[in-house]
Amino acid sequence: MTRKLQGRAALDAMFARAQAENRAAFLPYFPVGYPTHDESLTAIAAMAAAGADGFEIGIPFSDPIADGPTIQAATQVALETGSTVRTCLDAVRALRGRGINQPMLLMGYANPLVAYGTDRFVRDAYAAGADGLIVPDLPPEEAHYFAESCAREGLALVFMLAPTSNDTRIDLVAEKSSGFIYVVSLTGITGARADLPADLHDFIARLRARTDMPLVLGFGISSPEHAAQVSQLTDGFIVGSALVRAGGEGVEAVQELAASMVAAIQA
Amino acid sequence: MTEAYIRTDISDLPDARGYFGEFGGRFVPETIMPALDELEAAYAAAIDDPEFHAELRHLQRTYTGRPTPVSHARRLSETLGGAQIYLKREDLAHTGAHKINNALGQGLLAKRMGKRRIIAETGAGQHGVGTATAMALLGLECHVYMGTVDIKRQQPNVFRMRLLGAQVIPVESGSRTLKDAINEAMRDWVTNVRNTFYLLGSALGPHPYPMMVRDFQSIIGIEARQQIQQLAGQLPDVCVACVGGGSNAIGMFHAFRHDEGTELIGVEAGGHGIASQQHAARFADLAISRPGILHGTRSYVMQDADGQIMETHSVSAGLDYPSVGPEHAHLRQLERAYYTLATDDEALEAFQMLSKLEGIIPALESAHAVAEAIKRAPTMPRDSVLLVNLSGRGDKDLDTVIGILGG
Repeated sequence: MTRKLQGRAALDAMFARAQAENRAAFLPYFPVGYPTHDESLTAIAAMAAAGADGFEIGIPFSDPIADGPTIQAATQVALETGSTVRTCLDAVRALRGRGINQPMLLMGYANPLVAYGTDRFVRDAYAAGADGLIVPDLPPEEAHYFAESCAREGLALVFMLAPTSNDTRIDLVAEKSSGFIYVVSLTGITGARADLPADLHDFIARLRARTDMPLVLGFGISSPEHAAQVSQLTDGFIVGSALVRAGGEGVEAVQELAASMVAAIQA
Repeated sequence: MTEAYIRTDISDLPDARGYFGEFGGRFVPETIMPALDELEAAYAAAIDDPEFHAELRHLQRTYTGRPTPVSHARRLSETLGGAQIYLKREDLAHTGAHKINNALGQGLLAKRMGKRRIIAETGAGQHGVGTATAMALLGLECHVYMGTVDIKRQQPNVFRMRLLGAQVIPVESGSRTLKDAINEAMRDWVTNVRNTFYLLGSALGPHPYPMMVRDFQSIIGIEARQQIQQLAGQLPDVCVACVGGGSNAIGMFHAFRHDEGTELIGVEAGGHGIASQQHAARFADLAISRPGILHGTRSYVMQDADGQIMETHSVSAGLDYPSVGPEHAHLRQLERAYYTLATDDEALEAFQMLSKLEGIIPALESAHAVAEAIKRAPTMPRDSVLLVNLSGRGDKDLDTVIGILGG
């Protein structure tokens, strides 16, 4: 089955569906090549079957400054098993070939994408079936490296906001981001945490007061309990380290955790 | 001495977005973008404030021991039979290296900003020692990230930092050297950005660091330019400095940037030679080094075909970094500065030669600059002047050198 919508339109449809079900969209993050290329694809496919709404497909980088120990270690393994920008693009194409139609955003640090060639990367990503791009070390001030080609190809270019972002930056990101805004839940790096930040409601309210863009929350969301809490607060949420950690135990553990997240937000 | 102890003309690069030509910029997670804006504004206010200059000048004179002298290396010059070699003696600055210049400048800025928790990264340990020293003086809390490979090869500096009251945090990730120490420091900053000042040690990282570190190091060139004219009666024909991140070199070069008769030469770490691919010569090996993005700035980066950062090698921990300050990339592109390399062996030879002929044991980093002087001086006339920035002293390297040359 070919997909009818791609890029920003596919993301809009994803948010509309979740909103109709009075819940947030669930977007797992998983790096390509962890623990192997094939097993990472199997894990993503299993989460798709479990009812994930979309995916962040992680492109490994040797120096991931926004990531905590879990994702650092997993992406290091991925690099050792031969993961490259090309194999990540291949992964998206292969997943589309398996009939997985959920939106997929490629997420990776700037240097490997620049080395691949930014225009070429955006073109190949779209051709492979990707819908968006997230580059954690690319603030909107440096967006010119990708913005034109993303606009041309119809790929969403997602920027981030953090609890430290002031009103000026909220307005800037709201203007430049497309598809949604990635909301970093806390001042810190990625990694599972026991509790959600105490000031999360105030933070989201501060953003809602300035933008109508869909807000997708990431960093620290680790359990079905967290998922249930954020499902009523944001338009989507990302789970990374907890699923990657499960990935170290095997695909069953990934599928089980993803399924429990899906159940928690549908309850 | 001149009253301009740090840059005061703001007509120079970088531009408002932090770019030196096509290099530089600000490639960091959103979480620290507001902190960089805050830092940029605080720095701009500080360099407009005569009191800030006065306080820094006072510490430079009464604590660091500035101005550091310029020495005529007579026996070395005679032995080589060419240019007269002069040494800017940053090895005589308190803590034994130029790193203290930047540590004090940023330390005073941190204090102005009300930040009491200071983090830093270190490779050779000189920036760590400089920072720990400045923080002891200013009464601020100090945490230094250091790769475990560097901890092993720079034990005396680890002990110094601890003695000075700093907490040294071992970094086990990646190649366990300077690059990984910067990664960890940035992760700390992302986490603790509200109360923490990141005291970055070289002219790299996101804007405004390359500019700010250059400005705090520009005292080297401001002094040297005046001293060399007094001593040698002319501006140098050639000015040489080693380049890791490039802070001592940019600090020296900046004052000479409009002196067209002065050739500026940066010396990178050639390690075991280009063919070995075990080096840190970002400008010399364009097969594995090209413009890219690392640690928040766009510059030359040693990377594989997929854009993964490569591990580097140098006998000197302070030059062992896969990227280079963006202003150097710009100066090279403009052909205002030229970049060459010295291998480990050449640096070790220079280390011994300077010790024996001048009674000065240089840091292994600085020995790379001396090695270039040894190569170049014989090709120059006897009445020409070659100025070397002797960025640090070599006591910290004795274990490494004993390990290679034997006791």
